[in-house]
Amino acid sequence: MSESRLSEPAAKITPGTSAGTVGKRVLVEVRGLKKYFPIKSGIVFQREVAAVKAVDGISFDIYEGETLGLVGESGCGKSTTGRTILQLHRATAGSVKFEGEELTTLKGEALRKMRRKMQMIFQDPYASLNPRMSVGRIVAEPLVVHNIGTKKEREERVAELLELVGLNPYFVRRYPHEFSGGQRQRIGLARALALNPKFIVADEPISALDVSIQAQVVNLLQKLQEDLGLTYLFIAHDLSMVRHLCNRVAVMYLGKIVEIADSEELYTNPLHPYTQALLSAVPVPDPVVEEKRQRIILKGDVPSPVNPPKGCHFNTRCPVSVDVCYEEDPELVEVLPGHWVACHRVF
Amino acid sequence: MAVAEGAEPISLDEADARPSSPWLDAWRLFRRNKAAVAALITIIVIVFIAATAGLWTKVGLLDARTGAQARHTINPVNVEPVDSFPDPGDCARDGQERNPYWCSWLSEEALLDVKNSYCFRPEPDPTQRQWCYLLGGDSNGKDWLTQTVYGAQVSLTVGFLGATMSLLVGLVYGVISGFYGGRVDMIMMRFVDFMYGIPYLVLVILLQVYFTEVARTYQDSGKGGFVGFVLDLNKSMGGLLFLFVALGVLSWIGMARLARGQVLSYREKEFVEAARAVGASNRRIIFVHLLPNVIGPLIVAETLAIPGYIFTEAFLSFIGLGVQPGTPSWGAMIQQVRERGGFFSNRHILLVPSVALVITALAFNFLGDGLRDALDPRLRGT
Repeated sequence: MSESRLSEPAAKITPGTSAGTVGKRVLVEVRGLKKYFPIKSGIVFQREVAAVKAVDGISFDIYEGETLGLVGESGCGKSTTGRTILQLHRATAGSVKFEGEELTTLKGEALRKMRRKMQMIFQDPYASLNPRMSVGRIVAEPLVVHNIGTKKEREERVAELLELVGLNPYFVRRYPHEFSGGQRQRIGLARALALNPKFIVADEPISALDVSIQAQVVNLLQKLQEDLGLTYLFIAHDLSMVRHLCNRVAVMYLGKIVEIADSEELYTNPLHPYTQALLSAVPVPDPVVEEKRQRIILKGDVPSPVNPPKGCHFNTRCPVSVDVCYEEDPELVEVLPGHWVACHRVF
Repeated sequence: MAVAEGAEPISLDEADARPSSPWLDAWRLFRRNKAAVAALITIIVIVFIAATAGLWTKVGLLDARTGAQARHTINPVNVEPVDSFPDPGDCARDGQERNPYWCSWLSEEALLDVKNSYCFRPEPDPTQRQWCYLLGGDSNGKDWLTQTVYGAQVSLTVGFLGATMSLLVGLVYGVISGFYGGRVDMIMMRFVDFMYGIPYLVLVILLQVYFTEVARTYQDSGKGGFVGFVLDLNKSMGGLLFLFVALGVLSWIGMARLARGQVLSYREKEFVEAARAVGASNRRIIFVHLLPNVIGPLIVAETLAIPGYIFTEAFLSFIGLGVQPGTPSWGAMIQQVRERGGFFSNRHILLVPSVALVITALAFNFLGDGLRDALDPRLRGT
């Protein structure tokens, strides 16, 4: 699907369109995506008693060549969203289209073929590499699985990939435990790049790293995006890093997207009360401004995703909630060009 | 080539030249554990002796014949061929000539005249080979050393085969259960729970009794067919086949639980998810990603379980439900003490097979300990 989103008449079903992305090609199109994890009970005949609504009906587009940030607190469904897009979890409802092709109904060989185009890098660089496999085998695995090239060609490709992510190709014979966190993250990145994917879901790729290493990995990600034309879905909770890296940012709360906007717009003009609270927690590197900074402290905890509140999911903690917030689920609407918010109090 | 800033390839130093892999590291760790290495050597020696027992017999260092056969060929000087041997309990008690076949240097009386009692020298005829019952014999004139060596064959076979069987069955069962999860896992694990409810030894004994009954009725009726074939096979194996079946019925359940637990702990790891994201098949994930990671603790558990199988065999043979009569087995040897009452006068009857059992069991335990230290990744910083 290569036509511009502008040509679509109903703007409401294409949330997340913004000035900066107008005319760009949509790579990933997510519509009404839901992922519920069933809670089962019973000894022999299990029945579903409830469901964890990890992702509860979200829609957004990811444009070719951009980096979309996905932020939100722990347990809000960020990682589940990324994994469901890649079909590592199968969606409960909704659709995910990659280059116009529906993924949620794909199976077997067809899905395997699609997997070449989209890859993932993981949060924990220690758990994401098989400790019993050498670096060479880890990086070559995608090639082996898809039966690409001869053994020699694969070896050459592995060396090339390791060099690409800034590792010495001599490392192929060594094992993951001999590397530092940053180096392991590079190995994971080399593995993700082996099949020349277009789209990479980066699930908090720097959260587990030292701050000094974080910058290295982020720079590498940016460099690779420029050189290889990659598209990222960057899942994070470090808001400053997201601002630095992402073109657009989506904010999630309890399985829902509450706000999407261009990165600068979101940081300078947050409209949703949750986004405001989230951003007010970011320290400012200017003592004068920092002094005057007003933190919005939210009351209470995130409600359980098993039983989210009726109406707006944020109504239990919202400082500005009114009656309608407890009745109706707010839609994600475009309040400013390219700035979408799901809140009854924002017009 | 795009190399990120601040990420110059790190140069290799001397230490990097040393090859390293998880298995190689495990071997290095294992080598450092002296007790485990000693245990491994002991086991290798025991296996070697047991495997080459036939050769030793041929050379003449072991004597597989019973005294009843042997005495005619060797023709002792001092001992007239007799039809039956006196009870070992009577050994030299009334001042009669000591019988070299059943008196041993381990029995009190024999200690008085070691040379005379345990070595049998057919001096008048130099062409006859000199015969020595190093560890004495039993009342049937069986050389106890020979019996012990041949008994090791039985014990080791039972130990290794029992471990292999239970490892294979338990591994396949546990991995399937843990990997597929959900309903499959639940049904498979409830079955294991059910099996756990069955008393192990009682079932094994009942099975052995049942097999013996079947064998007897078949022998009487003289029928052939498949059952007859299996019975013949069992007979040719000295009763070991049915012993394996009886042991195999329940021995795998612990291993299945362990394998399942291991798989569960690795199934959700991110490297498995990464393999999925790449498009790896379930088979590839199980064999390439899960098995190499879960196999270590299972091997350790199996090694530590080997003495258990050996003991079970010894116990069954001791109560007469193990190997067939005539097949040498440590349990059956120990049982001779009960029959002949040589507890004090013929300590060797009890001591020799018992010591063999203890050494073997200890060796496997130390080996398992060493393997655990070397293989268990939780003890290493991965």
